[in-house]
Amino acid sequence: MFVIGLVGVLMRRNFLIILYSIELMLNAANINLVAFSQRLQSHEGQILSLFVITIAAAEAAIGLAIIVVLFRRRATTNVDELNLLKW
Amino acid sequence: MAQSAAGVVPFLFFFYFSSVAIISSLLTVGLKNPVQSTVALLSTLLHVAGLFILMHAEFIAAIQIIIYAGAILVLYLFVLMLLDLKQTETIVTRQSQLALFFGAVLLCEILLALFQSPLGTQVAVQPAGEGLPLPYNNTESIGVALFTDYLLQFEIVGVLLLGGVVGALVLAKQTPTR
Repeated sequence: MFVIGLVGVLMRRNFLIILYSIELMLNAANINLVAFSQRLQSHEGQILSLFVITIAAAEAAIGLAIIVVLFRRRATTNVDELNLLKW
Repeated sequence: MAQSAAGVVPFLFFFYFSSVAIISSLLTVGLKNPVQSTVALLSTLLHVAGLFILMHAEFIAAIQIIIYAGAILVLYLFVLMLLDLKQTETIVTRQSQLALFFGAVLLCEILLALFQSPLGTQVAVQPAGEGLPLPYNNTESIGVALFTDYLLQFEIVGVLLLGGVVGALVLAKQTPTR
């Protein structure tokens, strides 16, 4: 699942889908964490996975705020056209 | 049929959850319409929560459904409604071949590391009641550990969330036009 998210981030030009792919990667990491937590009979993996979900929520909010601001200026969500920083 | 082999039914569940999660994630990155992509993401999140339940992590599964599928996804849907995207771009660009190549390489690496690890390839399911030394249920034990051992991390994440909220507000604030 991580690789699918990674390919999605690299391939898609729509910013929203890129955000989705980042969420996929985070979910894949979460699965890994919880699986190891169960295997090793420890709490740490699940607690870390809880924090990962929280941080993913914060990152999603900030990313969406960014895309809203960008959309207001350029009326597009294609990352190829969002090149204000290009020289 | 399922009662005779005690390990078959959980394995079927695992197979269903993991395969549908993978298919849904492929759909999430592959569909052209962003709304369809969002629905696929919802399906992925729900099946990942199912996997969590299989691994005896009910609290994380509930948190996943409530926060991820309930709040984050709804936030995405709101923004999607706001942006009102009609059609998206073509998927196959000049970069996609390179991306797929890197993805394949990484996949082979991950599988190689997985199969060579000393843990081996175990199905992520254990028969119920085996080797669970926790005297109380999952939510309570996580809560206890969270507020004793991991208190600092908990507070830091709270501050981080505050920073996120403030940052999102500042970013999205419209300058008043006169």
